[in-house]
Amino acid sequence: MRTPYGNKVYGMGAEYPSASALYEAAKMVRDAGFKRWDVHSPFPIHGMDEAMGLGKSWLSAFVLAGGITGLLTAAVLEFGPSSLIYPLIVHGKPRNFFTVPAFFPIMFELTILFSAFTAFFAMLIMNGLPRWYHPVFNWNRFSRATNDGFFLVIEARDQRFTELEAQEILEQSGGQHITIIHED
Amino acid sequence: MDGATTAPDVIEGEASASVERPLARVPLVLNKRNFSWITERISGVIEANAPRWWWVAFAITSMVAMFGLFCLGYQISTGVGTWGLNHPVGWAWDITNFVFWIGIGHAGTLISAILFLLRQKWRTSINRAAEAMTLFAVICAAIFPGVHVGRVWMAWYLAPLPNNYGIWPNFRSPLLWDVFAVSTYFSVSVLFWYTGLIPDLATLRDRATTKIKKFLYGIFAVGWRGSNRNWRHYEMAYLLLAGLSTPLVLSVHSVVSFDFATSIIPTWHTTIFPPYFVAGAIFGGFAMVLTLLIPARAIYKLQDIITPQHIDKMAKVILLTGSIVGYAYAMEFFVAWYSGNQYEKFAFYNRIFGPYWWYWWVGMLFCNTVSPQLFWFKRFRQNIYVVYFVCMCVNTGMWFERFIIIVGGLHRDFLPSSWGMFYPTWVDIWTFIGTFGIFTSLFLLFIRYLPMIAMSEVKIVLPEANPHHASPAEHHTVAAGGKERT
Repeated sequence: MRTPYGNKVYGMGAEYPSASALYEAAKMVRDAGFKRWDVHSPFPIHGMDEAMGLGKSWLSAFVLAGGITGLLTAAVLEFGPSSLIYPLIVHGKPRNFFTVPAFFPIMFELTILFSAFTAFFAMLIMNGLPRWYHPVFNWNRFSRATNDGFFLVIEARDQRFTELEAQEILEQSGGQHITIIHED
Repeated sequence: MDGATTAPDVIEGEASASVERPLARVPLVLNKRNFSWITERISGVIEANAPRWWWVAFAITSMVAMFGLFCLGYQISTGVGTWGLNHPVGWAWDITNFVFWIGIGHAGTLISAILFLLRQKWRTSINRAAEAMTLFAVICAAIFPGVHVGRVWMAWYLAPLPNNYGIWPNFRSPLLWDVFAVSTYFSVSVLFWYTGLIPDLATLRDRATTKIKKFLYGIFAVGWRGSNRNWRHYEMAYLLLAGLSTPLVLSVHSVVSFDFATSIIPTWHTTIFPPYFVAGAIFGGFAMVLTLLIPARAIYKLQDIITPQHIDKMAKVILLTGSIVGYAYAMEFFVAWYSGNQYEKFAFYNRIFGPYWWYWWVGMLFCNTVSPQLFWFKRFRQNIYVVYFVCMCVNTGMWFERFIIIVGGLHRDFLPSSWGMFYPTWVDIWTFIGTFGIFTSLFLLFIRYLPMIAMSEVKIVLPEANPHHASPAEHHTVAAGGKERT
């Protein structure tokens, strides 16, 4: 989709006066059946995931996998050398099942370490970050999204997107400064 | 969450603002400040030119830091003998300083992780600075065991790397656990801190006036645009990092205490050490947080964000952990007597009446046990000078405590023929002072270039952030007895 001047259209955005107005607008846009849209706010708004019709974030599943990897890494790292490569008898303690607790602290630490790195990088990857640029930054009002502005943007890629329908729902939901956002 | 004391159908202390509700809470941000005020005030600290006091302070602290680094260089190039270590006291100021700094580092993660899981919203005003303080304290801490090994260039032996000697570290040694615990703690703290910083870096990027600032803040803000599809994963990541850091913070000082508890030295070989050390770490860490934030709050006029309520709550944490520490001290004496072990009994007698007697009377008894008890009284918790005095006592006392545990245990253990004293050299003293220089220099740089208060998180605790918030007229219910600055 292009504007009469030939600019490629990314979508249509509106600004809302408050977090609660944005929350109500999100519910309307969700109920109207739009799929490719997003809201932008300076802080996470409690309950917005449900208002947008989004489920639970499955980032936790990756973190679980990361934690298990960490635990297994530690087990291999410790038992490999201590039992196979370089068996070390310290304080006359045997190398049997009963000395396993002495290996637990490092297993614990590596479980945490791997989980934390997974949480961080999974968050970035699932969010498509880092990225150099995004079309919403073309909108000059948008810099307030990290200060005190509340925005809702419907993408032109959405199956239901037409200029009229998008404008109508943004107006109905109380959106202000309704603007077409250019792709580049 | 907030509405725990009210009926569940009342929405987060907002719905019936016209009615005087005695259970409504004192607002966390005073004087009805709005979102853009928070952005302006906190970003303004960074965007304004550095005030003159900052340059003076930074010049002094960085010179101290440089001299500390010179001492480290001198020690490494000459040998560990430049420190006062010798038999029988083989661990002294170095390990004392290590435990001291790593203990201070615990408050940041406690505030950011445990208080987050406990839904303590007041943490948002102080968590950023406390986390930064954690990182800087851990950096200072890591210097000492690293250099203490003597031949620093062999420090890689600590890591389980395959090498042509076929030698591996002993994974059952608490010293190796310590290596893993401290390095994990530092890495996870950095990740947690940086994750929290991303939205605020985006704020600074959007406000940047020069190209270079926009570029640098832009790089580190990773293209954040406050999208809710991003916030969804972000909040989950933050929650999980908090959940992971909570056992981690408790484990780190436990592992540090294992360094002592698994040995056979009298006063070290005790099962009480892990909880005792963790409580002491939180105790010392909160004191350091207040030591840094009370001046910062006054200088940068942040009293509406770091309110008397915050200081009051931190004082209560100091009272709680200080009392746990006091109880642990008493228990050590009881167990020494009850065990009937003559070495243990003597060691504790020696702690009070031996050559290091005044360390105990001043440090452990007065500074750590008696002074925080002032916080039972609201009058003292609300008096900034009393709070600052107690924090300084605790900062000092916790260093003395570690010295007493370490040197007090070593200098007179079993055979009187091998007793001795520890005398610090100038290198000992200046390396320690130097770490204060490093710590304060890093903290000064932090408040200069990064938002010292988590803007995006403080905004959440404003009533307008609640999506069910009705209208600006119903702003902030003030509790009976709640005070707002005028």
